[in-house]
Amino acid sequence: MSWKKHSWAGWGRVQSATGELARPERSAALAPLATEAPAIGNCRSYGDAALVSEGRAITMTRLDKILFFDEADGVIHVEAGATIADLARILAPKGFLPAVMPGTGFATVGGCIAMDVHGKNHHGAGSFGQHVTEITLASGKVLTPSHPLFKATVGGIGQTGPIASAKLKLLRAKVDVMMVTERRAENLENFLDLLDESEATYTVGWIDATATGEALGRGILEEGETGAGLVPPAKRGRKVPFNAPSWALAAPVVRLFNKLYYGRVPAAGRTLVKPIDDFFFPLDRIHDWNKLYGKKGFHQFQCVVPVTARGTLRSMLEAIATSGLASPLAVLKRMGPGRAGHLSFPMEGYTLAVDFRNRTGTRGLISELIAEAKAAGGRIYFAKDSVARAEDIPGMYPELAEWAEAVNAGDPEHHYETDLTKRLSLRSAK
Amino acid sequence: MNETWILLGATSSMARAMARQLAGEGANLVLAGRDMADLEAQATDLALRGAASAKAARFDARDAATFAPIIDAAETLAGEGPINCAVFVGSMPPQDAIDADPSLIDGTVTDSFTGPARFLQMLAPKLEAKGKGLVIGVGSVAGDRGRIGNYVYGAAKSGFATYLSGLRNRLGRSGVHVMTVKPGFVDTAMTWDVEGMFLVASPAQVAAHMLKKGRKGRNVLYTPFFWRYIMAIIRSVPEPIFKKLSV
Repeated sequence: MSWKKHSWAGWGRVQSATGELARPERSAALAPLATEAPAIGNCRSYGDAALVSEGRAITMTRLDKILFFDEADGVIHVEAGATIADLARILAPKGFLPAVMPGTGFATVGGCIAMDVHGKNHHGAGSFGQHVTEITLASGKVLTPSHPLFKATVGGIGQTGPIASAKLKLLRAKVDVMMVTERRAENLENFLDLLDESEATYTVGWIDATATGEALGRGILEEGETGAGLVPPAKRGRKVPFNAPSWALAAPVVRLFNKLYYGRVPAAGRTLVKPIDDFFFPLDRIHDWNKLYGKKGFHQFQCVVPVTARGTLRSMLEAIATSGLASPLAVLKRMGPGRAGHLSFPMEGYTLAVDFRNRTGTRGLISELIAEAKAAGGRIYFAKDSVARAEDIPGMYPELAEWAEAVNAGDPEHHYETDLTKRLSLRSAK
Repeated sequence: MNETWILLGATSSMARAMARQLAGEGANLVLAGRDMADLEAQATDLALRGAASAKAARFDARDAATFAPIIDAAETLAGEGPINCAVFVGSMPPQDAIDADPSLIDGTVTDSFTGPARFLQMLAPKLEAKGKGLVIGVGSVAGDRGRIGNYVYGAAKSGFATYLSGLRNRLGRSGVHVMTVKPGFVDTAMTWDVEGMFLVASPAQVAAHMLKKGRKGRNVLYTPFFWRYIMAIIRSVPEPIFKKLSV
């Protein structure tokens, strides 16, 4: 297999790497690489989780076949490079969906396992890894949930080596459309109450991260249920052709946008019928939307804090709103306890995700938010982080040392390390 | 009626992209190549993506005994319907490897020219009998002019292009169309680590272009389209000058 020198960036485009990539086109070409380098997918992690500077990585995107579909049991066996959108598109007409779908359909199955991603149904369905019944590593090792390496692989940010394929237990549902109810939440308390009381299968909250005072934490709660019926015509995808100028997401523009976006939903709420993709992957229609942040890129901060930490969320939102750095992309969700790996992100509580333009002060603000999340007994998400320091992590991830021991035993020469694992010294944890 | 397609060299990136598009259209697919494990996996995948049927079959350009069973399989699937064929096979050893071992020329010519030509020669009477069908043969811009970097591969592809031109002349008389495709730089395993690639097209883009133009009756297709102009320039350079260039 040939290696090619290449430069690539995380989704936030703040961090990038120059290293060597291999891209196997067939599984026969993957096996010989199994011990050499970590795998990467579509590089939708915002920070440096998919980056390997001065090293090597294996691009999995061409290995995207469905190997087997067991309709009776609702189990699908897929190669790790298959995307979630691809699976959803193929499965929906057959009466199935991936049980957990992250916010972008471009995420690969391998990436979803490595990050143990969650979706808008986490409070009910748990994390992605909880629906994985078997993982085949490129080395040939087959891991079922009882295998000791399973919990090190799920959420294991690629450190047990490339995943070749996986079996997923699917959700059986006749889904043509999503029935979506949108309701206003006037402030943070109201928002958190609505999230707690929601009985919907899928919920997600858009939060106005620029609102202050009485309106602090206001937003829109979206509740979705799968539905059958006429499919509204899909809108054509658009592409962001160039980097946006720096004023495009300046504070006054964002405040105005957020105000209009909030006001769009009537005070009494409304119910809409949406195509599946529009509800689950709202941003995927705009290809390369990360260019909207301009050349300097952006950071995303995502944390989860326990349900008792409402005060922490309030103080975080105050800091965010007064900073003038927030973008319109900010999400608040309720999380259940479901998680499947040692380093899985989810915990019972509230998760807050906010995008920030990369400007003076952004890193400092995110550092403060990380400290607050940690102090509240919460944690940050490796798929998003680009700012944390090594000392921030052990308290957030109690099983870190156990994980490090398992992956170091399998990879004593540290071939699978990435820029993320090095920056946070994850594999040195004791 | 569903189309039936034979894809020779079905594990190549361009063939896989074409197979996915054809699966979406509900075609019958015969996936011919050497990596049977991969072809079987592809067949399962394509059936789930909408192919009416998908079948793996062994094809080795250097083993003519593998040819007839592929044609039989396609005839069974097609029934009264048309049979189409797209040829993606070929091999390109580095020129310096050939310089070191000239016997590599035989394999290169067999893989890129005589093997697929022999296959198409066997298929031709079946297509004539049906009086319809489409053959897409993938050549290369490397076949338009002999260049220092890959002239053996280029010569083989040039031979294949001339063969396709003759086949077009023959089959056109019975309502079967033959299109020669000359892809420029496509993002495949062959070009992955080659230095100096520019304007690289995705396999899906190229495959869609081929199907669209082949169905419209295009004879020779450069893809992406601008390669027609690039190659027109390269072909027009007088030989006394060209022989001194390293393009």
